[in-house]
Amino acid sequence: MSQQQADLDAMYQEIILDHYKNPQNEGLRDPFEAEVHHVNPTCGDEVTLRVHVSGAGDDAVVADVSYDAEGCSISQAATSVMTELLIGRRVSEAMGVHEQFLELMQGRGQVEPDEDVLEDGVAFAGVAKFPARVKCALLSWMAWKDATAQALDRADNPTEENR
Amino acid sequence: MSDIPGLLPGLEVVRQDFPILERRLAGDVPLVYLDSANTSQKPQVVIDAMVDHLERHNANVARAMHQLGAESSEAFEAARDTVAAFLNAPSRDEVIFTRNASEALNLVANTIAWAPTGDGELGIGPADNVVITEMEHHSNIVPWQLATERKGADLRWFGLTDDGHLDLSRVDDLIDEHTKVVSLTWVSNMLGTVNPVAEIARKAHAVGAVVVVDASQAAPQMPVDVQAVDADFVAFTGHKTVGPTGIGVLWGRAELLDRLPVFLGGGEMIETVTMERSTYAKAPHKFEAGTPPIVEAVGLGAALRYLGDLGMEAVHTHEKAVTGYLLDGLASVGGVRVLGPTDPAERGGAVSFELEGVHPHDVAQLLDSRGVAVRAGHHCAKPAHKRYGVQSSTRASSYLYTSPEEIDALVDALGYTKSYFKV
Repeated sequence: MSQQQADLDAMYQEIILDHYKNPQNEGLRDPFEAEVHHVNPTCGDEVTLRVHVSGAGDDAVVADVSYDAEGCSISQAATSVMTELLIGRRVSEAMGVHEQFLELMQGRGQVEPDEDVLEDGVAFAGVAKFPARVKCALLSWMAWKDATAQALDRADNPTEENR
Repeated sequence: MSDIPGLLPGLEVVRQDFPILERRLAGDVPLVYLDSANTSQKPQVVIDAMVDHLERHNANVARAMHQLGAESSEAFEAARDTVAAFLNAPSRDEVIFTRNASEALNLVANTIAWAPTGDGELGIGPADNVVITEMEHHSNIVPWQLATERKGADLRWFGLTDDGHLDLSRVDDLIDEHTKVVSLTWVSNMLGTVNPVAEIARKAHAVGAVVVVDASQAAPQMPVDVQAVDADFVAFTGHKTVGPTGIGVLWGRAELLDRLPVFLGGGEMIETVTMERSTYAKAPHKFEAGTPPIVEAVGLGAALRYLGDLGMEAVHTHEKAVTGYLLDGLASVGGVRVLGPTDPAERGGAVSFELEGVHPHDVAQLLDSRGVAVRAGHHCAKPAHKRYGVQSSTRASSYLYTSPEEIDALVDALGYTKSYFKV
């Protein structure tokens, strides 16, 4: 097999294609504290993502991440895998997972992923070798971070409507 | 090489003019370049002209009083003559060099926005409207959105028919006595559609509107005669016409260029500058502030002479032949839906399509692994994609050096893509 073919197969892992065809946690759900809409301006991929955080402070938990996304296999699978990884975790832990995934994606294929932390997310290691596709894998992760920051912000500064 | 009617005579020899076509990519596969609507490849003669200028004649233009300055100015101004001839412009002074087509369109939109308003004036005011189309490239949308927003004018759009043409049924409602500008693309970069520019220009001129034509996709592919098409402004970019990046052209009717206010301020666009006020040079220098893209202009001149030597009629015939072959090839792949006209006589060489079940990004990635370079995304034409209910598409675009074998390679790689994604 050529290197080219090997790289391609490394990117399009079965896990990725499975998540693409059968996305997990898809759809927009209530309740949620924050909703964001992120776009990849070069290709037009879009995601609308909602975050529901329960509890507060150190006990804050990612109770739900729901989404409506349109895009390529990499961006769709990354969204699906992300929700599986983050839902039910403490926010502080989830931020750590986010950090690791970001590091893996920005590592140009030189970073060895920690399967204990990233689980199915390790399948994206091959994507890091294709700079043009890294932003596909990160679209929803960036949306989640943005939405979570907004949700926490609102929890700290509650107003009547979202208390 | 398979022979289909209409191909450029001596296509194999023509291909040898383009060194990059010999490139082999990862996995030792030959390059199949089908992204010419994005940017075209460059023949050796363009590369050589630019290298020769840099090696032997480099100096600033119009300001340097030495021998090299004279040579550089002469080469730069000769390129302007070449552009004028390429466009059949009545005067070389109507040819303005810009950085690209976007800058050319922004030049028109901004100076029209700044011009005096009222009856018989060029400027746009709150009572006026500008008409564009849903198939425009973002570079012929955003400048007009900005101009009309700033001036409180109305921005109107030609809609599109289901088969990818301009919907002309409402033309008399859209273009009315308050229309100051009608700006449209000659050939769509997404749908490939060739628009009836002369017909629309007639309607626009009947109400006294100015006609701006984006010829970015037309200039590479077909003979462009600014007098025959009866436009007031025509923009195109060098890098799609086998020339370098960094150089574009705005052609404008002399009388209008005289009346428009200046665009960017700076060196070379002035007549005289005092601390109280400045007066300005005549067109084209009036619109060319600062040191221009000199070597890029020289490269563009060489590029347009190259196209002229091939003959734009022959290039156009080749484009139609290859596009017809491409459309047939795509039709043979199950699950492919072409966006835009499917008759090669009605369209240019950019063919956007969907492959059912595979996202365009993934299509492009798989094709790239086979050496086939296409574009995936919205091609800077988001409203047109929205019109057809698609978020993005894959676009294969041929040019004068494209061979039928390259189309075969695309069709083959699409089959591979389908099997890879099990669709």
